[in-house]
Amino acid sequence: MTASASVKSQSSGAMEQTVSAALARIATHDGRVGAFTDVTADRAVAAARAQDASGAGGPLAGVTFAAKNLFDIAGLPTRAGSKINRERAPAERDAELVRRMEAAGAVLLGGLNMGEYAYDFTGENVHDGPSRNPHDLTRMTGGSSGGSGAAVAAGFVDVALGSDTNGSIRVPSALCGCFGLKPTYGRLTRAGTFPFVHSFDHVGPLARSVRLLSLAYDAMQGPDAADAATTTRDPEPATASLEDGVAGLRIATLGGYFAEKGEPDCFEAVARVANSLGADRAVTLPEAARARAAAYVISATEGAALHLDRLRTRPDDFDPAVRDRLIAGATVPAAFVAQAQRFRRWFAGAVAKAFEEVDILIAPATPCRAPKLGQTTFTLGGETLPVRPNLGLFTQPISFIGLPVAAVPVWLDDGLPLGVQIIAPPWREADALRVARALERDGVAGVRVPAF
Amino acid sequence: MSAVPPLSPAELEAHLDAATALLGLTVAPEARASTLAHLAATMAAARLVSGFAFDDELEPAPVFRP
Repeated sequence: MTASASVKSQSSGAMEQTVSAALARIATHDGRVGAFTDVTADRAVAAARAQDASGAGGPLAGVTFAAKNLFDIAGLPTRAGSKINRERAPAERDAELVRRMEAAGAVLLGGLNMGEYAYDFTGENVHDGPSRNPHDLTRMTGGSSGGSGAAVAAGFVDVALGSDTNGSIRVPSALCGCFGLKPTYGRLTRAGTFPFVHSFDHVGPLARSVRLLSLAYDAMQGPDAADAATTTRDPEPATASLEDGVAGLRIATLGGYFAEKGEPDCFEAVARVANSLGADRAVTLPEAARARAAAYVISATEGAALHLDRLRTRPDDFDPAVRDRLIAGATVPAAFVAQAQRFRRWFAGAVAKAFEEVDILIAPATPCRAPKLGQTTFTLGGETLPVRPNLGLFTQPISFIGLPVAAVPVWLDDGLPLGVQIIAPPWREADALRVARALERDGVAGVRVPAF
Repeated sequence: MSAVPPLSPAELEAHLDAATALLGLTVAPEARASTLAHLAATMAAARLVSGFAFDDELEPAPVFRP
């Protein structure tokens, strides 16, 4: 951090004071947390001063944010958690969502740590060190948006931008205890972000309250020809209906696959949410395990295709845990990938049918609380499984078909949090956020500030 | 739909060697066991998908439009 950022001027305005305090908190604590890979202090102070001088408002005035380092930030190489990409030329302009956040009044504080190339559920990174869970620095943040979860949970920023291909917003939201929104596939533009699996790549916010989550989401909506997948639908703001409560929504818990391979705690968190919402019915989605398998195949193969040249020319510069999965994925016969994409259509249809009877589905976000850093296996349902691919076993079937999900943090006791997915039909983010807000208002979900 | 039979460890290794050669990829000796484990996991997922009773008319969803 620069001296100009750390010394608060006597005459500094409200936003400059807010930014200076946030930068000071980051400077004091992030060495142990590892949320940030770049702190853009000069830019932040300049933006804050400009806002104070102009008196400009905006729905996000007074809000600080940071972005997973796969979002372009002008002047920084977009490393996407990798060693290889940090050799790239600095980005000439910001990612579109960074620009929209700033246009709404938020001030950017920097770029955030992440698992290499987003192929990760742990938040560990061999090049930059792990992001650490602010509630227990010996434990994982979850990933791949690990720095995003850590930055919000540590109170470094109000909002963080992340990406979610198979669960990378929802998993760190759960393990770090913050709110997260994975919008409908195509809702928010990915322009200026480094991809992983184009079929499933989503971007969205994490935040310390549902209102901030919703305000950020609303500020980022809108078409963008620069991202082929972005919807041409008109924006559908969520904040106006945030306080409407859950009356009129038919809410059910997901059974079957979503009630099997997890520790009892994760199902207790779901039960607590269901009780609060008066959701007394369960719905079983057909073929959820197969949906997860199909997402697994498409991720491994499409990700491998994206990185094929780098895997060929610079295999030693990858995180081995990522490289070995990608090389394995590269060798999977194409017929299996085509079948997985055909199955995706089938599963979307089956879930659409389920949504004829209900409006909201509830499921765990992760099968357990945050594992220890470096932990490679855990036992779920009596089966010992690798941690890295399986932290997302409940999130993966949902992003597979692009459904919007609000992840809400639930604290069963004085220990670490758990997350619950509030899943809505396509394009009904506003309903998921309404439910999240009702849970927050009722004290069932919320953010706790760690004692550093 | 008939299930795709699993490969033996030796068959899986033979596949990895042939396919990586086809793709111009190299698997370092120290990465071999890990890569094979990931291949086994990915192929298990692929077999599960492949066992689904697909209608011939079922279209793929390469770009998903909800």
